[in-house]
Amino acid sequence: MRKTSVNLAGVELKNPVMTASGTFGSGAEYSEFVDLNKLGAVVTKGVADVAWPGNKTPRITEVYGGMLNAIGLQNPGIDVFCERDIPYLQQFDTKIIVNVCGHAPEEYLRVVERLAEEKIDMMEINISCPNVNAGFLAFGQDPKSVEELTAEIKKLAKQPVIMKLTPNVTDITEIARAAEAGGADAVSLINTLTGMKIDVNRRTFALANKTGGMSGPAVKPVAVRMVYQVAQAVNIPIVGMGGILNAEDALEFILAGATAVSVGTGNFINPETTLEVIKGIEEYMERYNVADINDLIGAVR
Amino acid sequence: MKKKELCTVESQEQLSEGIFSLWIKTPSIAGEAQPGQFVSLYCKDGSRLLPRPISLCEIDRKGQRLHMVYRVAGKGTAEFSALKAGDTIQVMGPLGNGFPLEKAAGKRVFLMGGGIGIPPMLETAKALTGNSDQENAPAAAKVTAVLGYRDARFLQEEYEKYCDVCISTEDGSYGTKGNVIDAIKENALEADVIFACGPTPMLRGIKAYAQEKGIACWISMEEKMACGIGACLACVCQSKEVDHHSHVHNKRVCKDGPVFEASEVEL
Repeated sequence: MRKTSVNLAGVELKNPVMTASGTFGSGAEYSEFVDLNKLGAVVTKGVADVAWPGNKTPRITEVYGGMLNAIGLQNPGIDVFCERDIPYLQQFDTKIIVNVCGHAPEEYLRVVERLAEEKIDMMEINISCPNVNAGFLAFGQDPKSVEELTAEIKKLAKQPVIMKLTPNVTDITEIARAAEAGGADAVSLINTLTGMKIDVNRRTFALANKTGGMSGPAVKPVAVRMVYQVAQAVNIPIVGMGGILNAEDALEFILAGATAVSVGTGNFINPETTLEVIKGIEEYMERYNVADINDLIGAVR
Repeated sequence: MKKKELCTVESQEQLSEGIFSLWIKTPSIAGEAQPGQFVSLYCKDGSRLLPRPISLCEIDRKGQRLHMVYRVAGKGTAEFSALKAGDTIQVMGPLGNGFPLEKAAGKRVFLMGGGIGIPPMLETAKALTGNSDQENAPAAAKVTAVLGYRDARFLQEEYEKYCDVCISTEDGSYGTKGNVIDAIKENALEADVIFACGPTPMLRGIKAYAQEKGIACWISMEEKMACGIGACLACVCQSKEVDHHSHVHNKRVCKDGPVFEASEVEL
């Protein structure tokens, strides 16, 4: 029996495959295609302290080998989420990781405080929203803000905390180190790359929001590079993501230093992508006679 | 239960400039599909990741066949237009909620379609006139298809097999010169129920007409989609009241629609 389970900051995942926040709702819609019991973890759509309406449409557009989204973190707010989405996920034998978003530190902290009392396994903090206190800068683009916010969250959280890093920075290792210094239990990367598409026929932006976050296979090499760099810079575990469509893609992230991986845009292309990645990793371990997946984590230096 | 299946192309033909008619054989999607629902079609070209939502024009449940009539709007639909008999295509469906046929039982019904919103009304016309293999489809008292074209017409003869047809063209080359509302007024037509699909300005006009006349009205909406199953929240439309699922003034076109009662959405 080959060992596919990994330990992510003290949480034992049956396999390293999770869903990327915002692409999988809270699992209910995809449960028609995917047995959620088979996933390492479900990472939920980001939730804020109150309901957010999100952006105007169009919210998505396709680009070569990827897509841009500007959903605007539409969510029903933490109260509804705790009453509806968490109990739904608790029916399954998988780990629950709740993604948290906010505009300002107080908003994040209200959600974290509420989640501290819930039966969830981890929190993932989306620090890529524009920071209302720092103008257009996202929290995640300023190391000092990241360290301070992480430390504040850690005071309240009773579950391990993953800080989700934006790639839209000069040096992602600096941000990762700041999260580690603030007490983060893990980091996840990459969030989407800011992009733009112009509709030349209508002479306007393809997205109502003008810019959107780019995801999909076209961003994968950037993501793998960043996971590798962060793996050399910090001692906390990494969740790798960015354009994973199959097991080979997932293994690139694991070999670069990721303890777990998330499938995002891949769910839209094939709703069963997560299951195919899990199966493909097992086949890879068989083919190369790998007894323990942990031997693959960061094996390429 | 929605599924993703590998389907086989039975036939494809071009109906007019940029408008294609595609029949596919499905393992099981057609057997469960209802008028007004849609399917997601997937490209083979790996650079085009997202499925294309295409509405169902005709449903042959017993024969497990689906008919789609679509406009080539970009590279994805251009790829579909090159499919030939025997080719395969990945399809997910049936998706969304169709037209509430029971609301039309024993009533006079307008089926209003504009442009590429014309095809989705055909199976509804068949169902309400006893010409579909939809189980328990109610019969309407009278069905009138009101079809609005820019210029070139397509599917007109198909509609004429099942119901009265009233036509408007923007250039006045056939029927009433103008839009579908102009056509209704010129022909002094009346109905108790409207089912409609078309561009937003047309739906806005139909909603206002229905409100003015006190006619029950359901419309099929369109929006750019990613997942097609209600998870990603890309394809929302504005709802009049706070939605019970989103808890904001948004409804998901793919999951809560694409057919909505006109009064529950803001256009």
